Amino acid sequence: MKRKLSLFAIPYVIWMAIFVVAPVILVVLYAFSSKHGFTLDNFARMGTYAVVFGRSFKLALIATVVCLAIGYPVSCMMSREGPRFQRIAMVLIMLPMWMNFLLRTYSWMAILENNGLLNQLFQKIGLIDLWNQLFGTNLTFFPMMNTQGAVVLGMVYNYLPFMILPIYSVIIKLDPSLLEAARDLGADSVNVFRRVILPLSLPGVLSGVTMVFVPSVSTFAISTMLGGGTRILLGDLIEQQFTGGAYNPYLGAAIALVMMVIVVLCMWVMNHFGEGEEQAVML
Amino acid sequence: MKKTTALALILAMCLTLTGCGGGTGGSNGEKREVNVCSWGEYIDENLIYQFEEETGIKVNYSTAESNEALYSLLSMGGADYDVVVPSDYMISQLIEEGLLAELNYENIPNFSQIDDRFKNLSYDPENKYTVPYTWGTLGIIYNSTMVNGPITSWSAMFDPAYSNNVLMIRNSRDALGIALIYLGYSVNTTDEAEIREAFQLLSDAKNNGVYQGFFMDETFLKMEGGNAAICSYYAGDFLTMLDNNPDLAYVVPKEGANWFVDAMCVLKNAQHKEEAEAWINFLASNEASMANMDYIGYASPNTKVLEEYPAYYEETYGEPLDQGRYEIMAAPKEVLDTCEAYLVLPAETRALYNDLWTELGI
Repeated sequence: MKRKLSLFAIPYVIWMAIFVVAPVILVVLYAFSSKHGFTLDNFARMGTYAVVFGRSFKLALIATVVCLAIGYPVSCMMSREGPRFQRIAMVLIMLPMWMNFLLRTYSWMAILENNGLLNQLFQKIGLIDLWNQLFGTNLTFFPMMNTQGAVVLGMVYNYLPFMILPIYSVIIKLDPSLLEAARDLGADSVNVFRRVILPLSLPGVLSGVTMVFVPSVSTFAISTMLGGGTRILLGDLIEQQFTGGAYNPYLGAAIALVMMVIVVLCMWVMNHFGEGEEQAVML
Repeated sequence: MKKTTALALILAMCLTLTGCGGGTGGSNGEKREVNVCSWGEYIDENLIYQFEEETGIKVNYSTAESNEALYSLLSMGGADYDVVVPSDYMISQLIEEGLLAELNYENIPNFSQIDDRFKNLSYDPENKYTVPYTWGTLGIIYNSTMVNGPITSWSAMFDPAYSNNVLMIRNSRDALGIALIYLGYSVNTTDEAEIREAFQLLSDAKNNGVYQGFFMDETFLKMEGGNAAICSYYAGDFLTMLDNNPDLAYVVPKEGANWFVDAMCVLKNAQHKEEAEAWINFLASNEASMANMDYIGYASPNTKVLEEYPAYYEETYGEPLDQGRYEIMAAPKEVLDTCEAYLVLPAETRALYNDLWTELGI
């Protein structure tokens, strides 16, 4: 029986070999070579980019925490509503993902600009004047565009569904009789949450965190469009090596490899926190 | 209800699929097509349909962001373009690396319409590979309501007085070129000290918060919406922006500027060389060149079109063409004399540009 089932996995194994394993091998090969053959020079230059690594991981971490802070309560609330509400909420959460993310990010530019929709609104309702009076400043707009805050906003906006969906799907499957039992045994609602719901939802949280953190670390385009491109992120740095002014696929592969190693380490450490629980679904 | 949604989804997926498939042309003889890679907002799209109708050759039109991005695409070898429209310095580089095919000018009779001053230029001295498409200058665009008095110098691009109000162009050649011109050096210098000085100027301005950011196509939205006071961009694109925001002005600063020619070339490994030459010949014709000049705002290299454009403008729009507007498109000789064209840089200087450019973003 077991052997028969594994036959069905063959397409996936082939898929993995072609589109996951082979590219990773290529990345490793490129990272350790230059035009002239084997070299470690690509890694020697990594120190120069430490700032970019630091910035990317910091912003990705902030984005992940914000996503978790927004996503967890939403998932909890959703799971308590009726099935009709859940369906509608699900569609609303998925809806933005049906549009190209570049288009959505362009819209954020129009909203956040110095002369954009939000600033015009703030101007109209007198918020900017109020701010100026309260703090003695002399603003004509709130500078939101081209800041790291805008980049985090872009990440949260784009990746929030990836936090909500796994948490929601774990919480919705919790056996209601467990919660009943906890209450029967005298736990108040704080304790029911802290000692039953929270530990049981951890696998969902872990995969949500993975699914937000990993694409956030490697994100590109968002930082040039919303952040101005004067403080680039890892994704932009790698992209520059391939398509920008600097064509150097060897260095690009090396940066990507270092990033992958750090991400895998982060995930490994994080999964150890959840040890004893179900392991989070990685990748 | 569910069925219609499913149908719409399938339709959308089919559309995206065919959209993706368009770029990869087969080499079988029955279906004639040509794969073109150009810049964004750089053609009157009606011309594509017109060409397809006249010749039955399908045009697969795509765009790249900058000369450097195009070069990466070509050197990675994944692209199968037939016609590209790089700028002068990139053309020399492509010729040097043997990536371009020599043209058969017998198939491009309209080449004779090109003005002599745009033939045999330094990037293609014997004119074996190229047919000029457009030319123009890289100057300063500013919003006259957001600056104190007219801008006349490149110093505005580095001036802390315009802190957080300046957009720097996002490609290494132009950004460092601007700094070099301001410092009084040649844009083609290979002297490392001069290039590093130019980099320092950019880097200091960035650290002083002069720049909102480094942008290419985003510049349109930002300048049109009054979100930034000053940027450096191409004259032809200025006219597009001006249509959406009359407060904008363009100047070729007193220190001079870069002037460029973008020319059509056929790649050596092109699979549709004949079709490519037909496309080039079509775009070099008087009618197409005139329509293009009017639509994209970049000057044509065609003698007759340059002469007749003011009359064409008056006929089309019912008002005479402003001389200032015409001179922004087609810079007069005395302005061009202050400008310098980019030449191809040696490999080690290009590597330096790349390293400095990456460093600027860190």
